Amino acid sequence: MALVQNFPFMSIILSLFSGPLCSVLDGKKARRVNLAVISAVGVMSAAVLFYVIGTGEPFIYLMGHFPAPWGNEIRVGILEAFMALFFCAIMLLCMAGGAREREEQIEESKQNLYYVMSNLLLCSLLALVYTNDLFTAYVFVEINTISACGLIMIRQNGRTIEAAIRYMISSLLGSGLLLLGICYLYAITGHLLMSNIREQVQILAAADRHHIALMVALGLMSVGLAIKSALYPFHAWLPDAYGYSTLSSSAILSSLVSKGYIFLLIKIFYRVVGFGVVTESKVVHVLFVFGIIGMIMGSVNAIRVDDIKRMIAYSSVAQIGYIYMGLGLATEAGTVASIYHVLSHAATKSLLFVAAAGLTDVSQNNTRFKDITGAGYRNKTAGVAFTVGSLSMVGMPVFSGFISKLFFAQAAVGHAHKMLPTFIALAISTVLNALYFMKTVIRIYTPVPRSQGKYISAGEQPVKTAVLICFILLNLVLGLNSDPVIRLIQGGLGMFE
Amino acid sequence: MSRKIPEEEYRKTLSGRFRQWLDGTKDPFLGEVEMKKQEPFREPEQVVRRRKQDRKLLTERVYDLEHNMEVRIFQRFYKIFSVLFCIFLVVMLLTAVSDLPSFGQADNPPNNEVAARYIEKGLQETGAVNIVTGMILDYRAFDTLGESHVLFIATCTVLILLRVDKKGDKEEGEANDRIHEPKNDVILQAVAKILVPPVFLFGIYIILAGHLGPGGGFSGGAVIGAGLILYLNAFGFARTERIFTAKTYRRMSFCALACYSAAKSYSFYTGANHIESVIPLGTPGAILSSGLILVLNICVGVVVAGTMYTFYVMFRKGGY
Repeated sequence: MALVQNFPFMSIILSLFSGPLCSVLDGKKARRVNLAVISAVGVMSAAVLFYVIGTGEPFIYLMGHFPAPWGNEIRVGILEAFMALFFCAIMLLCMAGGAREREEQIEESKQNLYYVMSNLLLCSLLALVYTNDLFTAYVFVEINTISACGLIMIRQNGRTIEAAIRYMISSLLGSGLLLLGICYLYAITGHLLMSNIREQVQILAAADRHHIALMVALGLMSVGLAIKSALYPFHAWLPDAYGYSTLSSSAILSSLVSKGYIFLLIKIFYRVVGFGVVTESKVVHVLFVFGIIGMIMGSVNAIRVDDIKRMIAYSSVAQIGYIYMGLGLATEAGTVASIYHVLSHAATKSLLFVAAAGLTDVSQNNTRFKDITGAGYRNKTAGVAFTVGSLSMVGMPVFSGFISKLFFAQAAVGHAHKMLPTFIALAISTVLNALYFMKTVIRIYTPVPRSQGKYISAGEQPVKTAVLICFILLNLVLGLNSDPVIRLIQGGLGMFE
Repeated sequence: MSRKIPEEEYRKTLSGRFRQWLDGTKDPFLGEVEMKKQEPFREPEQVVRRRKQDRKLLTERVYDLEHNMEVRIFQRFYKIFSVLFCIFLVVMLLTAVSDLPSFGQADNPPNNEVAARYIEKGLQETGAVNIVTGMILDYRAFDTLGESHVLFIATCTVLILLRVDKKGDKEEGEANDRIHEPKNDVILQAVAKILVPPVFLFGIYIILAGHLGPGGGFSGGAVIGAGLILYLNAFGFARTERIFTAKTYRRMSFCALACYSAAKSYSFYTGANHIESVIPLGTPGAILSSGLILVLNICVGVVVAGTMYTFYVMFRKGGY
């Protein structure tokens, strides 16, 4: 077995081990450990990605001395390795971009606990991406939920505590539904390993046995993960959690945590239940309808709020709606578009959060629109970055948002019933996106007397400037160079079979 | 009454003290038990008045029915819909349950080759007499590795929420603790003196015998944690902090989890690369058997005991 094949396991164990390690270190050392771990995991994931592309075959790694249905195993294909690499890159940028805010907003003696949470969050994301066992996925969903709560409430004020409680309740409801779904599946198939469950489900579906239980299980798992990733009617926890927590938490939550659950759902569709069974079920229609409602209602809510961070948070609701709409199309092209949008949204949303923090920095830390007027002149990099992010969200060509909208539209073409609703929803949503994002861009470039607020030049915060530039580049790369990414996603989905 | 010794000395003897206690002239615990009387909680008048005013304002706003028709309609619909939704959910879940294979049949899907191998070869392959322990700590050790980190991260989250680090708050916590918790309760101390050592011993036994019979790290750790909490209640923080502080807890759980990760990394690595593991399984039934399971049980036990104790301390005082 090649050394590279050990890397997924090593990256999971490394990030798992670094969690308790950070709890015995002080804040500064813990921060260095955290950055080192994320970078190391990123490098390892890149190596794994190249290896898998080279061999063109997924490989299975035993977690122990016993083969799969008895022991645990992880499975690595192109998409898994690519997601791991992408998550690491985004996480590294988010942690670096929010370093100053963390130091200001978190008590000094609790700094190291932040890195405990972040390391274990990374570990759980990696495990969710790589695992080939439904129950292992559930265990790491638990770690993911608790660490996300910690990330929200570590900035201690009343708002974040309330947000954490909301998040905890919704998220635990989601976990509970997921667990129920797993139980039903286990009762009718007798397996927890994804490949074995799929075999059994194909047999059951062909014989039309246990149809109700199978559909209920599929529904419960979809709804559970939809709650956890804030699909429209279940989004009540989202604005507070993203809006009031510290910068790196908001960015990580919006771009990684919810995306990890969506990736798990895609994995369940393809690897556990089998896409054929999913397309025939009614569950996809429900996801499609809620996705479309979410696209529009998220944007409508975003227009109504008077707070830049909450506006970005509500825009997340709309973008999650896009992703579920793509899944709801129940075609290969729809899923590819959804996965592409996962990447594009993760890159853009964290860019927007970091840029918005830069804008509020020069407006006495006020987040209301009245106060950030003219902030684009006071902090030029943040202004430019926010504009880029907004244009990408609206769907201007050159940026990644355009490509994902294009792919959604392409995926819908020729679909018997869903073509028209998809087009209409895309059109309305684009107009609404433009309404609130362009309103904000115009506001931050509205001149005000020079006396207001302080001025920050690009050189004063070198790390943040570098992070913003990286995010903008990532966006441009995804936007201008989408073909290889799409081929990667298609190759990875092919390996799911 | 004729007595050979004078009254003063008689009072100090055992029978004299007993008589005094019977008479009610002396309370033997007075002066020894330190118990502050709890004063009924009373708020300053200003606060009460302000709260009344707030409440009045609130009721006016909320029950201002002309302006809050939406609220009323929403509340009514909310009630109806929540009941309907619950009924729908219950019916759906029950329908699905009735569609499941009936419980306890021999040919149910879960009774497949997976369970068969656990039962038939579990002892031989893991060396653990207790099959469940063999399953969670050897066959599916990766899940349990995650599970023990769930406990760890839960403690960290409670630390974030409840630990007080500011100096003033810390002293306030100390003072509150003295009011609410009696010190030097003789009955509790006497009971604890008898109970705590067996509780610890029993917990250690459960952990060490986890691979031989019912038990294991999770349950044994919980027993030890309960013993620690009892000891703390009887003798106070001054005594427990001699052996158990926040630093001890952090180091202990770090060592345990690191040890767990290291042991499991070794077995994952050798397993996946098809290298023979050098750890002997030993004779089934002996205390030193079943490979790494004993070590893992001890690690899990340490983490669980520390977690329980830390939760208690955090909720009581907000710090060690």
